[in-house]
Amino acid sequence: MSGTGMSGTAMSGTAMSETAMTALAAAADTGVVIGTGETIVFWVLGPVALAGALGMVLSRNAVHSALWLVLTMLSLGVFYVVQEAPFLGAAQIIVYTGAIMILFLFVLMLVGRESSDSVVETLRGQRVAAIVLGIGFAGLVGAGIARATEDLPVAGLAAVQGTEGGAAAGNVEAIAGVLYGRFVLAFEVTGALLIVAAVGALLLTHTEREPGVGRSQKERSRARFLTDRPQTLPGPGVYARANSVAAPGRLPDGGLAPSSFATGIEPQRVDELPRTGSAGAEREGLPHAGGTDAALGTIGGATTGPVPGSGEGAPR
Amino acid sequence: MSVLAAADQPTLEDFGNDVWWIVLIKIVGIFGVLVLMTLFAIVFERKVVARMQQRIGPNRVGPRGYLQSLADGLKLAFKEDIMPALADKPVYFLAPVIATIPAFLAFSVIPLGPTVSIFGERTPLQLIDSPIGVLIVLACSAMGVYGIVLGGWASGSTYPLLGSLRSAAQMISYEIAMGLSIVAVFLYAGSMSTSEIVAAQADGTELSFFGLEFTGPSWFAVLLPVSFVIYVIAVVGETNRAPFDLPEAESELVGGFHTEYSSLKFALFFLAEYINIVTVSALAATLFLGGWRAPWPISIWDGANTGWWPLLWFFAKVVVALFVFVWLRGTLPRLRYDQFMRFGWKVLVPVGLVWILVVATLRAVARESDLDAGQVAVFVGVPIALVLLGGLLLASRMRNRDTRVAAREAAAGGPAPAEPEVLDPRGRDQASGGFPVPPLDLVVPPSPRLRRRESVGAGTVVGTGRRSSSTTDQEDDDV
Repeated sequence: MSGTGMSGTAMSGTAMSETAMTALAAAADTGVVIGTGETIVFWVLGPVALAGALGMVLSRNAVHSALWLVLTMLSLGVFYVVQEAPFLGAAQIIVYTGAIMILFLFVLMLVGRESSDSVVETLRGQRVAAIVLGIGFAGLVGAGIARATEDLPVAGLAAVQGTEGGAAAGNVEAIAGVLYGRFVLAFEVTGALLIVAAVGALLLTHTEREPGVGRSQKERSRARFLTDRPQTLPGPGVYARANSVAAPGRLPDGGLAPSSFATGIEPQRVDELPRTGSAGAEREGLPHAGGTDAALGTIGGATTGPVPGSGEGAPR
Repeated sequence: MSVLAAADQPTLEDFGNDVWWIVLIKIVGIFGVLVLMTLFAIVFERKVVARMQQRIGPNRVGPRGYLQSLADGLKLAFKEDIMPALADKPVYFLAPVIATIPAFLAFSVIPLGPTVSIFGERTPLQLIDSPIGVLIVLACSAMGVYGIVLGGWASGSTYPLLGSLRSAAQMISYEIAMGLSIVAVFLYAGSMSTSEIVAAQADGTELSFFGLEFTGPSWFAVLLPVSFVIYVIAVVGETNRAPFDLPEAESELVGGFHTEYSSLKFALFFLAEYINIVTVSALAATLFLGGWRAPWPISIWDGANTGWWPLLWFFAKVVVALFVFVWLRGTLPRLRYDQFMRFGWKVLVPVGLVWILVVATLRAVARESDLDAGQVAVFVGVPIALVLLGGLLLASRMRNRDTRVAAREAAAGGPAPAEPEVLDPRGRDQASGGFPVPPLDLVVPPSPRLRRRESVGAGTVVGTGRRSSSTTDQEDDDV
C-alpha cells in the first residue's frame, strides 16, 4: 500500500471525522439537544475510528491494516446505532465488517505473513505529495459538506420516520418503506448489478472439465462398494527401520499382506531385531530373550523355521 | 396476543429504563449463566456421547463426575502459556478475546422470561431488547468469526491457517443460510425484536377443522417447518460442530485454528465455542420453540407463564437443543469440504430463498382474503411441506435406484456388474490421462554416508527400499 492507496485512505479517514464534526456542529447550531450518553460515545469512539483509519494507512502488514479498518467500521456501526438508526448499524456490522472484511482477510491471509510493504520510495517526494494532497482533498470535501449543510432545517427523527410504537412505527419500518417504496427500482437494479457481477466472475474463472476423461469420484466409489473390498487397501508397513512403500504390511500372524504390495515395486523384507523369545534369539544369548513376547505366548516360542517376515539372519 | 398473555409480556417500551443495579444484576446473571451453561454443556456432551458409544464417560471428579469440566478448566488455567516463535504477537493475543466477547454479547438480547419482580422492581428477564434484536445476535456471530480467522492466521503455522481459511468460508456461507431461515420468522412475527417474536408465539390460532374447534400450534417450528430445518442445519455449520467441524477436523488439521494455542487463550476459544452453542440453542428456542413460554401440556396451568417458572421451560428447551447438537455429533461422520460447501450453497440457500417466497405469498394471500396467517399456514403451508418432504424422499430413492439394485444383486451372489479398473503397474498411458509415473528402473546413486561407514567396516543394512551400496544390493535382491 504505497502512494495512491495511502492518499486515498488518508483522505477518507480524515474526511469522515470532519463530516462527523461538521454534522455535530450543525446539530448544535440548530438547537437540537444531544444527550450526554451520545456525547460521551462520540468523543470516545470518534478518536477510536480516526485511530483505526490512521492505523490502516500506516501499518505495514496488510492483515493489520484490515484489522484497523475493522475497528473503524465497528465504530461507525456504533455511531449509527447511537444516532437512532439501529438497522443501519446492524447492517454495517453484519455486511461490511462481518462479510466483506472477512473476504478481504481471506485473500490477505493467503498472501503470506512475512510479506509487508516496502518502505523504499520509488517516486521521490511521493509521500509528502500524497499527504499534502490528501489533507487538501479532505479539507475541500469537509468544507464543501459544511457549506452545503450550513442552513439546513433540522426536521428531527420523529418527523421523518415516526416514533417507536407510534403510527408510523420506527426506524426499521421507515427504512423498509423508503427502500421498497420510493427507491424500489434503484434497489432492484443494484441487486441485479451485483448478481450479474458475481455470475460474470464465476463464468470467467470457471473451467469446464474435459468430458470423458475419467470416471467421477462418485462412480468410482459406487463401483468400489460393489466389490469384495469397499475399504481402502492396507498401506505399506511402517517400521523403525523402514518406512518405504516397498516394505509390505503385516498380517496378524506375521506374514506379509499381499494386498499391501505396491504396484510396480518388488516387496522388500524389513530388517528387524530378532523376535524375542524365539529359538534363534535364545541360541544367540540375547539379553531380552524370553521377554514380553514369550509372556504373551506369541508365535515365536516353538518355531524353529524362519517366521515369515521376521527377517532371518538380520543381526550380523 | 390475548389480554391474558400480555399481562407479563414485556414490550419494547419496557426496556432501557431499569435502575443501574438491576442492569448490573442482569449482566452478572447472564455472565454466570453462560459460564455455568458452558461447564454443564461440556460434561453433558461427554456423558451423552459416552452413553451413545457404550461408555460411562467422566465419573471421577465430583458427584457422578459432574465437576469434571470445572477441574479441566482449572487445569487449563495452570498450563504453560506458549507463544509460538512465528506468531504475530498482538493478533495472536487478541484473537481469543475477539472470539469470546461477541459470544457473551449475543446473549444480551435473548429473553429468558416474562416481567418479574427483582427486589421490588418490575423488570423483564432480558438484559436489553431493540427493534433489531435478532440482528444483534447475527452481528455478534459475524464478529466471532474474526477470532477464529485471526487466531489461525496469527499462529504462523500451516494447520491453523488452513483451519481458519476453512472456517472463514464456512461461517460466511452458513450465516447466509441462517439469515435466510430467520427472515420467514420476521415475516410472520412482524418484528425483529426477540421479545416480540416470543409474544407472537404466545397463542395458537383458533382452528375449525370440519366443525371441530381446536387451538392450532403456535410455535414457528411447526408453522415454518422449512425455516426451522434450515436453521438447525445452518447453526451446526455456523458453530463448527460435528458433522460440520471442518475447521478443527482433528483427523486432517490436528486441532484446526487453535492448534498452537494453550492455557487460558485456548480456554477462551473453548469457552467461546460452547457459549456460541448455547446462544444458538437459546435463539432456536426463542425463534422457533416459543421462547420462555411453557409447552402445551404445561401451558394449561394458568401460572405457567408467570413469575420465575418460564426460566425453567426456557432452559429445558435449551438443554433439548444442546442434546440435539450432541446427538448429531455422536451419529454423523464428518463431511468432506466440497460436499459441505455444495450443500450450503446449492441446497440450503436456494431452498431458503424459495421458502421465503412461499411464506411471503401466503402472507399476501392471507391479507387479501382476510384470513388469519396461522390458519393459512396450517391449511396450506403444512400440507405443502409434507408434499415437499415426500417428494424429496421419492427423488432420493429414485436417484439411488441403480446402486440399490446392484447392491441387492451383489448381496444375492450375482456377478459384480462393474469391475473396478485395475491399473497397470506402470500406470496408464500418460497421453490418455494416466498419472505421470517416474521410470521404474530408476537407480538411486549410492549415498556418500553409507560409503563412509562401509570403509570403516560396518556395512549393515539400514533399511529396505534403499538399494544403495554394492554390499547391500545382493542382500536385498535375494530376499
